[in-house]
Amino acid sequence: MESVLQLLFTDPVIGLIKGLLVIGVVLQIVPLLIYLERKLSAYMQGRLGPNRVNFVVPYAVPGLGGLRLVPGSLQPLADAIKLAFKEEIIPKDADKLLWYLGPFLAFFPIATALAFIPFGINHWDALGSGVIVDLRVCSVPISVLLLFAISSLGVYGIAAGGWGSGSKYPLMAAVRASAQMISYEVSMGIAVLAAMATVGSVDLQQFVVHQATQDFVDLGFLTLPNWLVFSQPLAALIFLVAMFAENNRLPFDMPECEPELVGGFHTEYSGLKFALFFLGEYAAMILMCSLFVTIFLGGWGSFWDTDAWGVFGWVAVDPHATDGINAIKSHLWFMAKVMAILCFQIWIRWTLPRFRYDQLMNIGWKVLVPLALGNLVLTAIAGYFLNPIGVGQ
Amino acid sequence: MSTALSGGICALHLGTFTAYLPLVFMALIGITIGGAVLALSKFLGPRRPDETKSLPYECGMEPIQQGARERYSIHFYLVAILFILFDLETVFLFPWAASFRQPGIDATVKLVLLVEVLLFVGVLGVGLYYVWKRKGLEWD
Repeated sequence: MESVLQLLFTDPVIGLIKGLLVIGVVLQIVPLLIYLERKLSAYMQGRLGPNRVNFVVPYAVPGLGGLRLVPGSLQPLADAIKLAFKEEIIPKDADKLLWYLGPFLAFFPIATALAFIPFGINHWDALGSGVIVDLRVCSVPISVLLLFAISSLGVYGIAAGGWGSGSKYPLMAAVRASAQMISYEVSMGIAVLAAMATVGSVDLQQFVVHQATQDFVDLGFLTLPNWLVFSQPLAALIFLVAMFAENNRLPFDMPECEPELVGGFHTEYSGLKFALFFLGEYAAMILMCSLFVTIFLGGWGSFWDTDAWGVFGWVAVDPHATDGINAIKSHLWFMAKVMAILCFQIWIRWTLPRFRYDQLMNIGWKVLVPLALGNLVLTAIAGYFLNPIGVGQ
Repeated sequence: MSTALSGGICALHLGTFTAYLPLVFMALIGITIGGAVLALSKFLGPRRPDETKSLPYECGMEPIQQGARERYSIHFYLVAILFILFDLETVFLFPWAASFRQPGIDATVKLVLLVEVLLFVGVLGVGLYYVWKRKGLEWD
């Protein structure tokens, strides 16, 4: 008994739909995130932020007037249009090939690596057709390895852009940025290694299943889920710090530290190529935050179980259910966590001052790498003596 | 694949080829968007180049020397080499992490895995200590 949906939902078709959806959603989140960042930054500094290009919601509320405005919410769109019609200046010493490759390479690997993020439950009965869909684009068992392999190609974008500009500031920024990004990738990789040894898998979806299907510890008034942030707190901290450095965010934004290097590696870029750099940077932010949420914060799993009190139980995700409502809930949990971590990144940006470059390299090599190695050894010893899977069974 | 590793600890099934097809789609979508933006940047916007505009940006001054690609500190090469060393060793540990906590794993195999990783991380740690003592991690 094969329905039309079953015939339609072949693996390639589903893969293509999921791929388009993920890229589409990320491309929508980027302007939202830019708006959010500018607004939050403004409020933290007692400014108003963008408030001229309004989005008008066409609905009327009796007694409250006709149209509702969301101040400044179309600012990212206005910026994009402005950038598209700016004159593009190519410096005379530019290496044409690298000049074009730079922005492209800053965006393309990040977009590809998004394929591995599980953005929802791993078994959704697609529209009740009987076809079981895994809510991530590319369901392969070695997703952590491939994700790191592909996303770290983003360094080439910055290096190529800085070198190809044929200008001094971008070159210095590019060299610094490459050194910084590869340095922090070491500690990030070792931290993830400890998390992998806890879960016993290299599959990101398995990470989430591991965290969603059991509890870590029952505190009496509260049951903590088996999220790795509880069982691997040190690895989570190292990953979090390294994440800021990988994304070139303050307090680690050496590549574009304005007082020293003007605009950093994209000083010479203007117009749409600059926009592409920007897009890649924010997509990388979303990618890294999703990765942190997936590995350490339980991915699409909910904080409490479905047997919790009242509406809380209804909001929770059942990791074994296959229905559509459950799939939507799992996706909303994932998005909520990712947005929270993104806001945390913006918050940190206006809280901590920038490090000096030698301090930055010292933190990377002399603090984070030894800590991560020690954490790995601890994990190995603890894993030998504890139960095979899960800590608090 | 699973017969190649004895003891039932093969945790790295690579999956079928069709499972990787969406990755190709994703890459194609990324190439399309990136390429489209690059192409648009060629057609949109005015193009009025002149001599002053195309000089490399140096805060409004005339560039002080010809050719911007000057020499930079040897430290950056050192960092690159260290990165290759440490990141490669991380990759070597991936199969270990995947197989270490499989349920039903043999106790002797598990002990061997533990000793193995301690040795491996130990060598890595000695390497880091050496670089540290030789002032390979110093910035001035």
